Amino acid sequence: MFDALQAFLSTFLFDWLAILITLILQTVAVVLPIMLVVAWLTYAERKVIGFMQVRMGPNRVGPLGLLQPIADALKLMTKEVIFPDQSNKYLFIIAPILALAPAVAAWAVIPFADGMVVADINAGLLYVLAVTSIIVYGTIVAGWASNSKYAFLGALRGSAQKISYEIAMGFALVTVLMIAGSMNLTDIVNAQQGGMLNWYLLPLLPMFFVYFVSGLAETNRTPFDVIEGEAEIVAGFHVDYSGMTFGVFMLAEYAMMILISFMTAIMFLGGWLSPFEGIPLLESMFAWVPQLGWLAFKVSLLLFVFLWLRATFPRYRYDQLMRLGWKVLIPLTILWVFVVGAMKYFSFGPWFN
Amino acid sequence: MGKFLKHQIKTWGLTELFKGLSVTGRYFFKKKITVRYPEEKTPISPRFRGHHALRRYENGEERCIACKLCEAVCPANAITIESEERDDGSRRTTQYDIDMFKCIYCGFCEEACPVDAIVETRVFEYEFHERGPNIQTKDKLLAFGDKHEAQIAADRAVDAKYR
Repeated sequence: MFDALQAFLSTFLFDWLAILITLILQTVAVVLPIMLVVAWLTYAERKVIGFMQVRMGPNRVGPLGLLQPIADALKLMTKEVIFPDQSNKYLFIIAPILALAPAVAAWAVIPFADGMVVADINAGLLYVLAVTSIIVYGTIVAGWASNSKYAFLGALRGSAQKISYEIAMGFALVTVLMIAGSMNLTDIVNAQQGGMLNWYLLPLLPMFFVYFVSGLAETNRTPFDVIEGEAEIVAGFHVDYSGMTFGVFMLAEYAMMILISFMTAIMFLGGWLSPFEGIPLLESMFAWVPQLGWLAFKVSLLLFVFLWLRATFPRYRYDQLMRLGWKVLIPLTILWVFVVGAMKYFSFGPWFN
Repeated sequence: MGKFLKHQIKTWGLTELFKGLSVTGRYFFKKKITVRYPEEKTPISPRFRGHHALRRYENGEERCIACKLCEAVCPANAITIESEERDDGSRRTTQYDIDMFKCIYCGFCEEACPVDAIVETRVFEYEFHERGPNIQTKDKLLAFGDKHEAQIAADRAVDAKYR
């Protein structure tokens, strides 16, 4: 669609202008829906946690409280942004941008359906891993610029945690690309074709959990949200942020949550592929569901699990969290790299042929 | 060995975590106990202690005989009473003020009253935005009692056998 638009524009515009316009339109087409999903994910989070605590959740603004995110956004935007007296003003402003920009930039390589991707690059997996790693700078710069002990402690804990869990996450991705034989996300999904059994969920079941748990740690969600432990360090790295600067941190966190869910769905749950592929009756019954629909369904299930976990588990203690990362998840992933190697050598199951 | 194996399965199968998840998962579908206050209200006991009122007899005569028992018993000193002999020789109050800011809604005044004159009603949705209206005078209390007499009488009737 965008190729046709670019071709049409270049008939009467400079080539570079046509490319620029197309790129900007593509960016808007990806970022805008994500921001909307982020807005209503906050609503869903409050609703789900409320329901699990036998409450109703937000129900005042609009029918069923559905307009709550708009009210929240308006409130955040109209509130004053306070700069602490001793803070580093430039870094203080840059930090939320550093947090949000990678969380948005990573979406460039995420395929929403077959061919529906902004940049279909070969090293997509590597790109996502590299870009999401930069988010840690947002945290640590925020903690530093605030010039507050709480913010600094939170940033230190958070960055240590994120860097630790990135290793486990990286190894989990290594097993995926060992099976798929490609780092292109579209290829990874296409390699999982042929029904639910062919998804990488089964041969990589432990890696699925490892990736999701690392994803929780990476996005600072409970039970790994030591970065903002209320009991010890108030709100962690963003204590001194207010108004929209705080809102941008929230946007980044939720955008990352959605990104992790997308990555999990693409790598382990067959992406946009229908779960009923190869099953005679069900396949034709659900033939009307678009590819994007299946992906959205899988992603929303995973996002629900994010919220479910938040409603269920208390926060990990910091040393336990580091122990889990270094002494359990990393050895487990390394072990599974060898298991996958062995499975590949013996052409085990439908995944290696 | 069996114990060791059991422990390992428990650890790596994340059984405790899934147990926790199943609890919250069950509660997700439970009926919600929230009462959406302005639209929905919880039932109120006939003994509810809310806004005060002064009652009258059925012939329109005010009940209060200015015995000042309520003033004496009031732990917050919220009640101020002045009395005088009326033209027909009976003793009645000339001033009966309750400071609603001082009142702690203990209900002692209601219990002390020998003629059931001062009562606390089930009305609790009222507010004062400035000093002044918080002093409920005799006229206001009598008018309040007249307005809610049906409800007050019904509440007293329900509660009568326990007194």
